[in-house]
Amino acid sequence: MRELIERFVLPVFDNELLHPLEDQACIGLASLATHGDRLAFTTDSYVVSPLFFPGGDIGKLAVCGTINDLAMAGARPLYLSCALIIEEGLASEDLLRVLTSMAGQGQACGVQVVTGDTKVVNRGAADRLFINTAGLGVVPGGVSISASRARVGDRVLVNGTLGDHGIAILIARNELALQSSIESDCQPLHGLVQAMLGACRDLHCLRDATRGGLATVLNEFAQSSRVGIRLNESALPLQPEVRGACEILGLDPLYIANEGKLVAVVPRAGADAVLAAMRSHPAGRDAAIVGEVVEQPAGSVLLDTLLGGVRVVDMLVGEQLPRIC
Amino acid sequence: MKYVDEFRDPVLAKSLVHEIALMADRLAARLSRPLQVMEVCGGHTHTIFRYGLKDLLPASIEFVHGPGCPVCVLPMGRIDDVVAIAEHPQVIMTSFGDAMRVPGSKRSLLRAKANGADVRTVYSPLDALSLAVANPDREVVFFAIGFETTMPSTAITVLQAEKLQVRNFSLFCNHITIIPTVKAILDSPDLQLDGFLGPGHVSTVIGNRPYDFIAQRYQRPIVVAGFEPLDILQSLWMVLLQLEQRRCEVQNQYRRIVPEAGNAVALDAITRVFELREFFEWRGLGSIDHSGVRLRAPYARFDAERRYSIPNLKIADPKSCQCGEVLKGIIKPQQCKVFGTLCKPETPLGALMVSSEGACAAYYQYSSIALHRTRPALVGAATATAVATEA
Repeated sequence: MRELIERFVLPVFDNELLHPLEDQACIGLASLATHGDRLAFTTDSYVVSPLFFPGGDIGKLAVCGTINDLAMAGARPLYLSCALIIEEGLASEDLLRVLTSMAGQGQACGVQVVTGDTKVVNRGAADRLFINTAGLGVVPGGVSISASRARVGDRVLVNGTLGDHGIAILIARNELALQSSIESDCQPLHGLVQAMLGACRDLHCLRDATRGGLATVLNEFAQSSRVGIRLNESALPLQPEVRGACEILGLDPLYIANEGKLVAVVPRAGADAVLAAMRSHPAGRDAAIVGEVVEQPAGSVLLDTLLGGVRVVDMLVGEQLPRIC
Repeated sequence: MKYVDEFRDPVLAKSLVHEIALMADRLAARLSRPLQVMEVCGGHTHTIFRYGLKDLLPASIEFVHGPGCPVCVLPMGRIDDVVAIAEHPQVIMTSFGDAMRVPGSKRSLLRAKANGADVRTVYSPLDALSLAVANPDREVVFFAIGFETTMPSTAITVLQAEKLQVRNFSLFCNHITIIPTVKAILDSPDLQLDGFLGPGHVSTVIGNRPYDFIAQRYQRPIVVAGFEPLDILQSLWMVLLQLEQRRCEVQNQYRRIVPEAGNAVALDAITRVFELREFFEWRGLGSIDHSGVRLRAPYARFDAERRYSIPNLKIADPKSCQCGEVLKGIIKPQQCKVFGTLCKPETPLGALMVSSEGACAAYYQYSSIALHRTRPALVGAATATAVATEA
């Protein structure tokens, strides 16, 4: 195990807090308090297959995903832990490639991996590599973002095109005879959130639209806040290739995973300013207002279709499955 | 996107809806009741709900949702059979997605998978054949379902398997034919249908002539329809125009895809490989003569029914299940006693709630605002979804 750490982990991640290789990293409270008044703490596990896909890899996913979970509270992300569960037989080049990607991503975001763990399990006991991360960040005073804060009249915003990641993974799995240049949208969003807070301190809700897509996040907001949400189908940003893949397969882009997209519920008065701030940021060029919060039906999400009809956008049960005929 | 966006044009939709409303109101007044048009195909049901087309149409016209969803009509007994095959240790069972969720009398394929059976999703029967070639020490079985739409690809896969001399591939054949179903509906005394939207994709294979008896013998207009919202609206408009002009014809609205005479190559492959069964069991509709196909004798070695011993029992639907009435369009999904209570997407009693093209699932997912209540987010690995099978 020591060899693994010395051969792979330290050369890639080395920093002051990690270097002593203690069983824990000790972080001064005073320094944390300079960033805000609450600790944000999150954990996630990453089991994506394939490990490498257009637009990213499991390492980049792990770092960005954890940073984003912190960013959705308006927190400044600071430190990560990283635990690896490695299937016996994983090629060392692949492991190094993943770790290098993680370190690079962390550095670009000003976030350090300060503690971790490695385990090797027998062949078959894990699918090549599983990564668990925990993240620490600090929330600035006065920022109070929660799924229960959506209010009637608020606007719903997204920062760009939907469904890119899920479709990129589906194609990378090679199960479909589809060729495409679609890449995962995997990216960190903390900078974008800071820009949004700059335009409107009182953001109500933020969540990244990962597994289950935009539809799932909006249902969570609607239920938590006991409000209705009305989406405008013609306002949803979609890449033509993602639309094409969804049309062929009979999939609904509203439910497809994203790894670099957030959903924001913003007071009506601040919506235009937030939109402008998003569009000026590299992670929000295609940002759009896609809906609004309404009183009824409370707890549900509705879609105004292209044709002027209405339909419910429900929570999904199980996985979305492609059409048969 | 070409062939998509033009057929979703809201301006055209509005003008079509306006024309439809005028005609429907006049016709309903003439009949002293709302018009009833059946869309046979589950794909059409899906489009109608997904785009909220019902909301756009006046009360003088109603859609009656037909039984053209091959997953929805799978009887419990056949699910028990496919699960029995899947539970052989040597077998890799391959299936289209939705079919894995249909409940049998004990469990679904998905539940069998959670219990350790090797069940895998495929997107085409050719994928299943590739799996067989790649795994010579396993037996690969393909759960073949669908109307004439999917029969050609199954047939061609069998021919390919024969050519490659593959020994470890077979299929459990549940292909069904559309015409006997439509006839059973027309013969049903409970229904009062004024016209039909014909199944667009089935027609790409069989053409339009098989529907002649609907117009000639049963004196109902039928328009073979595409799957975009404007296709459905235009087809509806064409049905109403026929009714207004007292014509009964077979018309083809889906001309960009459907050839009048169907697809000769596809039909040839089907005829080579399949033959009609004397009768076949349909969930909710009972036994229908000449409505299913099986592999012809020369291809018997690819027939999983002949290769594996299966329970082969006729299992009655759960007592509370009203799938048959919904399938025939006698009642609407929300009129079923257990809709939204005992029977929901998470715990389906019948296949109509399972398939994305089933009327009940469509209604529940897209328009049952009144049924909305907080449910735990069940987004996750498909195996985590529990499926109730008891009545």
